Amino acid sequence: MLELALHARRGSFHLQVECRFASEWTVVFGPSGAGKSSLLRLLAGLDLTDSGRQEHARIALDGNLLTDSSNGFRLKPGRRQTSMVAQQSALFPHLSVEANVAYGLHRLDRAARLKRVREMLELVDATDLLNRRPQDLSGGEAQRVALARALAPQPRLLLLDEPLSALDGAASDALLVRLQLWLNQHHVQTVMATHDATDALAIGAEVLLLHEGRLAALGPAAEVLAAERERLLRRLKSS
Amino acid sequence: MDWQALALSLKLATVTTAILLAIAVPLAALLVLGRSRWLAAVEALAALPLVLPPTVLGFFLLVLLGPRTAFGRAITVLLGHPLAFSFSGLVVGSVIYSLPFAVQPLVAGFAAVPPALVDAARLLGATPPRLVRTLLIPLARRSLLAAAVLSFLHTMGEFGVVLMLGGDIPGATRTLSIVLYNQVENFDYAAANRTAATLLGLSVVALAVIYLGGRSRRGRHA
Repeated sequence: MLELALHARRGSFHLQVECRFASEWTVVFGPSGAGKSSLLRLLAGLDLTDSGRQEHARIALDGNLLTDSSNGFRLKPGRRQTSMVAQQSALFPHLSVEANVAYGLHRLDRAARLKRVREMLELVDATDLLNRRPQDLSGGEAQRVALARALAPQPRLLLLDEPLSALDGAASDALLVRLQLWLNQHHVQTVMATHDATDALAIGAEVLLLHEGRLAALGPAAEVLAAERERLLRRLKSS
Repeated sequence: MDWQALALSLKLATVTTAILLAIAVPLAALLVLGRSRWLAAVEALAALPLVLPPTVLGFFLLVLLGPRTAFGRAITVLLGHPLAFSFSGLVVGSVIYSLPFAVQPLVAGFAAVPPALVDAARLLGATPPRLVRTLLIPLARRSLLAAAVLSFLHTMGEFGVVLMLGGDIPGATRTLSIVLYNQVENFDYAAANRTAATLLGLSVVALAVIYLGGRSRRGRHA
């Protein structure tokens, strides 16, 4: 379970979210600029709050504190057992796909590392890319590899920021199904930001509706996104 | 040609460059990755030798390292000889004087690495030293080369700091720049020409290495 109380400013933008994610998979839904990426960066520990500007953050995963700005506590990004995949795959351009996926596995011995790399690439259907370089990959292939790299250290919290935007609909759906199964098996709490209601509805997870940095609703996708669902159905019928 | 002075200049430039890279790589990484407000002051301090007249820097170091200060006296007790008017003293002066020439290309190179890559590495558990070794240095190789070459050349051509701090002791502190000054003072323009040409040739070759290296890399990526 992920508990968060965030109060942060980014320029004139004000993010204020206090809630508890009961489901293992939560979709943060909202239009561009609603604060989805800011929320994920705070969860990842990549952004800090500034107490001098009346900001504060408290984040706990399964009862373990990740951030508590009231006493200056913040686990460093690499110690939160948290992985993140953004729209831009951010693969290391000077390393092969194998070395990219193995980057977070430096504590494993070579054989275990290679085994895990192959497992992860198999999960995202990218085993044939093992020896390729990031600059030789398509956008969709790069996103698959970025996903494999994020999953390889077996995080407790996975943050996805529109991670499958470069994949076509069928490929994205197939990957989401495999991903959901793997994440459930490994009990990985997942938070996925998207502005695409179809993604949120397809997953059928808990949805946090974000509007101008504030929590507008939190609940099952069918309830929170009922209006979006109706709008999508009307569009399909009229076409 | 004063071969002894040439050898001393090359030795001074090599030692200075090695020490500078060992200092400048972590310092530049700290300036790029760090969040403290104090880092602006550190960056300004590291850039100070750029605007400070070399003779002023040389004078301060001469006083600091000499018997007039407790620090200078402690160094003398520790080493058995004063740092001023010695090769070690020249190395200290050169490192300080050429610091911005090593730090600034590295800061520019490290800052050009996309923040998304740095974030990804940090989330994957990279400690700052691993981040520097596996990400910043490989992606800023040209900046590292530029820092090394500029530090080397700047030390080779150094005059004010060397004269103030080291004087003109053959085999210990007499570098090629001092020899050139002496030759001009003695109206030995033929010898001065050769010395100046040697320094010019070294500079041209080193700069060609940087720029040709950069062009061939851009060509491969075009």
